[in-house]
Amino acid sequence: MKRLLDPDSLRALARGCAVLGAGGGGDPYLGLLQALQATEDFGPVPLVDLDELPDDSLVMPCGGIGAPTVSVEKIENGDEGGRLREHLEVLTGRRVAALMAAEIGGANGLLPITWAARMGLPVADADGMGRAFPEVPQVTMHLAGIPPSPAVMTDERGNLVIFQTISGHWMERLERAAAVEFGGAASSTEFSMTAAQARGATVRNSVSLAIRIGDAVSRAQESPVDALIAELGAFRLITGKILDVERRTTSGFARGSVVVEGLDADAGRLIRLELQNENLVALERGRVLASVPDLITVLDTETAGAIVTERIAYGQRVTVIAFACDPVWRTEKGIVVAGPRAFGYDFDYLPVEELAGATA
Amino acid sequence: MPPPDCRLGVDVGGTNTDAVIMDAADRVIAKAKVPGTADITSGIVAAIDAVLGTPGVEPQRISHVMLGTTHATNAVLERRNLRRVAVLRIGGPATYSIRPMFGWPRDLVDAVSVGAAIVDGGIEFDGQDLSPLDTDAIARFLGQVGGQADGVVITSVFAPVSARHELLAAEVVKRELGDVHTSLSHEIGSIGLLERENATILNGALAGVARDVARAMRDALTAHGLRPVTFFAQNDGTLMSLDQALRYPVLTIGSGPANSVRGAAFLTGISDSLVADVGGTSTDLGVLTNGFPRESAQGVEIGGVRTNFRMPDLVTIALGGGTVVSGDPGDVRIGPRSVGYLIQQEALVFGGTTPTLTDSAVAAGRADLGTSVNGGGADRTGRYRRLLLEALARADVMLAEAIDRVKTSKEDRPLIAVGGGSILVPDRIPGVSEIVRPEHFDAANAVGAAIASVSGQVDRIFHLGPDGRQAALGEARDEARERAVAAGADPGTVQIIEVEEIPLAYLTSPAVRIRVKAAGTLGGVPAESHSTSEAS
Repeated sequence: MKRLLDPDSLRALARGCAVLGAGGGGDPYLGLLQALQATEDFGPVPLVDLDELPDDSLVMPCGGIGAPTVSVEKIENGDEGGRLREHLEVLTGRRVAALMAAEIGGANGLLPITWAARMGLPVADADGMGRAFPEVPQVTMHLAGIPPSPAVMTDERGNLVIFQTISGHWMERLERAAAVEFGGAASSTEFSMTAAQARGATVRNSVSLAIRIGDAVSRAQESPVDALIAELGAFRLITGKILDVERRTTSGFARGSVVVEGLDADAGRLIRLELQNENLVALERGRVLASVPDLITVLDTETAGAIVTERIAYGQRVTVIAFACDPVWRTEKGIVVAGPRAFGYDFDYLPVEELAGATA
Repeated sequence: MPPPDCRLGVDVGGTNTDAVIMDAADRVIAKAKVPGTADITSGIVAAIDAVLGTPGVEPQRISHVMLGTTHATNAVLERRNLRRVAVLRIGGPATYSIRPMFGWPRDLVDAVSVGAAIVDGGIEFDGQDLSPLDTDAIARFLGQVGGQADGVVITSVFAPVSARHELLAAEVVKRELGDVHTSLSHEIGSIGLLERENATILNGALAGVARDVARAMRDALTAHGLRPVTFFAQNDGTLMSLDQALRYPVLTIGSGPANSVRGAAFLTGISDSLVADVGGTSTDLGVLTNGFPRESAQGVEIGGVRTNFRMPDLVTIALGGGTVVSGDPGDVRIGPRSVGYLIQQEALVFGGTTPTLTDSAVAAGRADLGTSVNGGGADRTGRYRRLLLEALARADVMLAEAIDRVKTSKEDRPLIAVGGGSILVPDRIPGVSEIVRPEHFDAANAVGAAIASVSGQVDRIFHLGPDGRQAALGEARDEARERAVAAGADPGTVQIIEVEEIPLAYLTSPAVRIRVKAAGTLGGVPAESHSTSEAS
């Protein structure tokens, strides 16, 4: 066991999940309250390394799927994860040894902890993205060739659906439709795998990283933003204020752009961010400074708290940072699944170190 | 004697209580400012006495009284005078992973709650039942805690989509406990279960505070032989009847800044502008949009509890007329301490010994105030002149930064300066096109209460049918208008003042959350006021 996830580390984790959400994944506030209550009621959850788990035991990636607006109203019961596990074990004939966040970014980074506390199971120090992405197959397990099936989806009432699909694309389509019928939000597991498989198919140590990010911010003596940048090895794209926010809605996704005007040392500079749930691209005078799958996060300059895309507003004093995604996203397959062209941009991906590193 | 045609506006602030009387032509015919007292209720009485005692005022002409007050906020912050309520959540089997009041400060939970329960029921985002309402479980819970409860608070999942389970539960409460004070979440907050539930619990806890204030008002008015129709100002700068204020006291939280912004609009005739309300201790910066304060997108935290109800979107800085200036030239410090309502004794220009920002304003020639040996108060500031001017320069920068934070676009905007401390505001500020200083600037908050209009709001999720967005928007507009009229607005004057659409992301079927607010001027005087009997 690496550590026990006690209330202090959960608070740090929530701050870190917000930073790794790259503007998306939803506000981890409710996720934190759930995890704190589960920990208070059932005791702290152990965080384990994948190497500690028996090779043929099962790792269950899991989280919530659906509309954030529904999740803030119809909060989970807490026993959804137990039901997912029970059925996954029947379907696979293996014991689940640990839960894992399918997505560390945003609220989904904390949900597995709430479920694990009730089951007395550990949570694996890994996830399927190292950030947040909108679609079910945008996970590292998909890149590693792990099939999404069998997937299990359940709601707070006890309804449960098992999905066996021919591809990640069909999994996304069918699960999204089912989530609507469940009331706009549900809990699910996809891409289950053995611990041996998981070691090569996930973003390792991402829970520890999120906690370190949160700790760095809360322990910072001087500037929390500087502490965070140092911890992540991130690039500071600009420090300034939000000058313009433009939102539009196309096919159910909240798209838009944000203009940040530089202040002090950055005076005279303008950076534009392109958004679609997450921050996708940062541009300066038409030149790309960073893009998906690398992470772009907007921080409150004073507190280093991450600001999710729907909360960005004119006048906020912000620092925009960009940092490297997990190397697996930079492979040919990773760029196809989550690179600029996967989001409709007509340019090739270049690593943030080459783009922002040139100016920083 | 002319028929009653005047309105009395009262605003209880952190430093002073202000009162104004306005006639049928909306002219300020009398105003009074009395310093705050430890017991705020007596401040209301003193302000009413003072303004009604102004020479030339005929108290019998008062037809309406409007009160804006910080009582509710202070009661929560100080955990004082709170009632204990039974907290009922309808949403099982969902929502158990965060129980009611989880994460609240322990002393506040003890101060407001006799117990909480989650029962089966609630609504889905598309209006269907989440699960059937378990009325037996409600009756059992009430049987356990009803004896100790001063009130009951009911919150259902997706009550903003349909209130039917809250209303059914309220019937059970009435059957089991009789006429106990009952707070229903759909009448208080919008989407966001925990924040709405929190606000509703605070509402139940504040019922006694509202009753005490209403009673003090009635007694003060009765002493002058008056029985006017009474309204309370609410967070968004509009009015609610005394009946409503007694039912929904939490909605009066934040009414002070809203009143100032509305008063600023009225006194200048400007409907889109920035507003700076400079008091004795702090400055609130807000934005006037369509004649109303812009509201914050995020929930507001009160006494350590997250809520999501309507509040003006403000930037507040510790800068006021009474803010203490200390340190030395080259190393000046501004506040955060303020001499508050003691400014008339403490400030240099009034013969006191404490340098304040009011002294800075006088030293810089922005105002001519105070008492002196010969001429103005300025000669009392001489010894501190460098320090005071340096402090003022610093204060100007703080103000400019705060103004920039509150702006919503890069264009220069006019700024209306109101409040007793607004003499601090310089004539030129970066990003501001013009500084407007209306007459009666020092009583803008009480004017705002007196001229406030009545509103109605809709905030729920609409499913887009074949007629799409326009049909949903039309339905929301009609509903908001009807609600404004039901709250007392004159139907001929009701206008839509705010429309917001938020599409629900990550869903395959089109649904959108629509928030619409309508407001109109106060309708004619009701035939009979039922308000005073409610307060007894």
